[in-house]
Amino acid sequence: MATIDLVDVRKTYAGNVEAVRGIDLAVADGELVVLVGPSGCGKSTLLRMVAGLETITAGTVSIDGAVVNKLEPAERDIAMVFQNYALYPHMSVRQNLEYGLKNRGTPRPVIDERVAEAARILEIAPFLDRKPRQLSGGQRQRVAMGRAIVRQPKAFLFDEPLSNLDAKLRGQMRVEIRRLQRTLGTTSLYVTHDQLEAMTLADRLVVMNAGRIEQVGRPTELYATPASLFVAGFIGSPPMNFFDMDFLREKAGDSIPPLPKGTDVIGVRPDSIGIEADDAPAIPLAAVVELIEPVGGESHLHLRLDGSDQLITVEVPGRPDLADGARVTVRLSTAALHPFNRDSGRRTD
Amino acid sequence: MVENRPFLNVLTHLVLILGVAIVVFPVYLAFVASTHGYNDFLSGLAPLLPGPRLIENYTQMWTAGLSTAGAPPVWLMLTNSLIMSLTIAIGKIAISIISAYAIVYFKFPFRLLAFWAIFITLMLPVEVRIMPTFKVVADLGLLNSYAGLTVPLIASATATFLFRQFFLTIPDELMEAARVDGAGPMKFFRDILLPLSRTNIAALFVILFIYGWVQYLWPLLVTTESRYYTLVMGIKRLAAVADSDPYWNLVMAAVMLAMLPPVLVIVFMQRLFIKGLVETEK
Amino acid sequence: MQTKRTIFPNKVLPYLLLAPQLAITIVFFLWPAAQAVRSSFEREDPFGGRTTFIWFRNYLRLLNDPEYLNSLGRTAIFAIGVTVLSMTVSLLLAAAVNRLLRSGKFYTTLLVWPYAVAPVVAGILWWFMFNPTIGIVPYLLDMAGVRWNHRINGNDAMLLVILAAAWKQISYNFLFFVAGMQSVPRSLIEAAAIDGAGPFKRFWTIVFPLISPTTFFLMIINMNYAMFDTFGIIDGTTQGGPAGSTNTLVYKVYADGFLGLNIGSSSAQSVVLMLIVIALTAIQFRWVERRVQY
Repeated sequence: MATIDLVDVRKTYAGNVEAVRGIDLAVADGELVVLVGPSGCGKSTLLRMVAGLETITAGTVSIDGAVVNKLEPAERDIAMVFQNYALYPHMSVRQNLEYGLKNRGTPRPVIDERVAEAARILEIAPFLDRKPRQLSGGQRQRVAMGRAIVRQPKAFLFDEPLSNLDAKLRGQMRVEIRRLQRTLGTTSLYVTHDQLEAMTLADRLVVMNAGRIEQVGRPTELYATPASLFVAGFIGSPPMNFFDMDFLREKAGDSIPPLPKGTDVIGVRPDSIGIEADDAPAIPLAAVVELIEPVGGESHLHLRLDGSDQLITVEVPGRPDLADGARVTVRLSTAALHPFNRDSGRRTD
Repeated sequence: MVENRPFLNVLTHLVLILGVAIVVFPVYLAFVASTHGYNDFLSGLAPLLPGPRLIENYTQMWTAGLSTAGAPPVWLMLTNSLIMSLTIAIGKIAISIISAYAIVYFKFPFRLLAFWAIFITLMLPVEVRIMPTFKVVADLGLLNSYAGLTVPLIASATATFLFRQFFLTIPDELMEAARVDGAGPMKFFRDILLPLSRTNIAALFVILFIYGWVQYLWPLLVTTESRYYTLVMGIKRLAAVADSDPYWNLVMAAVMLAMLPPVLVIVFMQRLFIKGLVETEK
Repeated sequence: MQTKRTIFPNKVLPYLLLAPQLAITIVFFLWPAAQAVRSSFEREDPFGGRTTFIWFRNYLRLLNDPEYLNSLGRTAIFAIGVTVLSMTVSLLLAAAVNRLLRSGKFYTTLLVWPYAVAPVVAGILWWFMFNPTIGIVPYLLDMAGVRWNHRINGNDAMLLVILAAAWKQISYNFLFFVAGMQSVPRSLIEAAAIDGAGPFKRFWTIVFPLISPTTFFLMIINMNYAMFDTFGIIDGTTQGGPAGSTNTLVYKVYADGFLGLNIGSSSAQSVVLMLIVIALTAIQFRWVERRVQY
């Protein structure tokens, strides 16, 4: 149980490459905070700095109130789950689980008890005497987590643990990780590039881009009120549609409600655009259907706007009675407009 | 692939049998020679079929050697060769693996310099530096000693490079997980790296054992007392009796005995040997 | 230069780990090599023990010495002969083994063991076979009307050492060729077969070009082997004779230094040899490093 505090943490590599540019973050005890962002945004580097696998160029990292900058990973009382599991191939599952405890001189009865407990929680007891190469991907992942659990550390650090699993397994493991973390109540820092994983797992979500934090908040907050163009375009699938103000004014000037000063881009989520004519206040635009993707209970329509090259995505329930090439009027719900200023990249309201 | 070419198949086998024959023939002749008496060589052609004196000849060489040629008994020379080969193989593996570990898993000043200093030894085979190396060994008082036979041959770089290459293929996360699990560098080396290197070590052992066994020039220079002669160099002394006829049967008996241990090692550890050979030359 | 992404932070430990190898390297490799270079610039009086610094005179003498130039020539002939002969035979054997599915392993075992034979022993074996008095080969040649005596005839001597050296190298080259051929994807060969290429055509147009890295690599190795690892073979057969016809560079270093006691000249020859090795190793390293990925 512990807090993790990052104060102005920076990482610069040789050749003045700034991977992490001043991160401030406070993770509360028992929280699961997810760091999400595109490749190269610095999230893994940040995690590894917390773990002690990368040196910290500037700033402080504190675990449970104590600054740990100079401490070896083993001394920080953290446990890490790696993307490639990093199980010791020549040791059995049991030996893999025991290794960290043995190195700390934990008494044998305690080791046995913890291994048994972890095996029970993760349902890996049948494999304890097998070698990693005899296990499936999902089983290996659970062993990797088991290795973290037996240590009963102050914090868990997850480095894209589900990236190597197929989609179905990923969905299952996500639920398991969440349940596990809630049961154990261990403070956790989780890195992923998958925004769906981020949305479903996080107590709080940190979106990173180019070494900086774009926004921190609850997943629902980030979804409903993205603070920047980047976050708006990153969170949510299918991604948000962006409309240039000048274009809108030209095509449907009088249906645009008053917007804050400086707004030159408006974002509208695919589920806030309709194709049926109704009374709800909306901005209408003419478009042509290019492609319809049926996805189970809904359909994703890809349309090209008249008077521009822009493709937009609209999410509608069920299967609309439309064919490729049909002309439609799309209606942007004015209750769901996200106004941004292009130069600052930030939300204007 | 299903292809019916019976003629080519027969040809293939013929070629291979011929190849094996070429490879085996000289040794066969030697074996035959080692089973005859001295007189069988006076007729102008060495015998082509085995003779009756196998036990006698081998026993004589094993126990008594050939004093006229200044060669001690084979068992003595064989022991020296064994000691030399084992020491070189084990010694080389030991110091190379820790050197490779240092170069791959640590950063420190002069690292590059150390790497190149070791690399340079690849370009300095014994034959190229015999005189001064001999002088150094003599000055250190190491002539006629096991240390003098083995230590100067231990430090070359092939084993170091094999281990370096191997360590570079081990996933980074393994070492990171071990660090998080509280393992310091030596613990990581002992608990994780060494067990994973087992096959490489075994393969290298085969190659290095043979390397040590076949050494000729170096033992020739470094040993003047017959009790330190190694088998391979001792054989030459047997065969080089002025230009008059050596005791061919006895010489060949010693030759067969000299070939036996390394050949056995190769045959029984063939898979490891091949792996070791291919890996060290990459 | 490449290291791991993460390293251990210890500062003293790496030096301790490197110490044994570096110590031996410095004492028995670098220091003697430096000595050899220094001696090559001196002339030592073997009886009086005085040494005089004579600049490049040893090297100049070498370049003007007909014996040395002869040795250079002989070494070149020897190296090329061994390389060509040994590689051709091994290539043939490897191609044959590559065609077999089951008995391949069996033949491989039979062809691999000569690697264990010491060069000097190989020399003695072949010397025995070619012995003018009792050897089987001269006997057969005599029946065909060819007189063989490598003790008198320089060309015979050269042929003998080439044969012995090539014989010993067959298993090594064989192994590498087999490994190289096995790394050619089966699908390419099958595609060629579908395209109508028979076995010989497939070999020359698909397999042989694709193993060219192996071939090139083995050429360098064989040249290296012929120049440096064959001391034993020559000492076991001809001792550099008759009349210097098999006095390769590496043998000459030994003969001049230990037997002739001409330290200065021997050192200069050693240095020249060292330069040749460096050149060959540089070529090999450059070529091989290009292909290897970690």
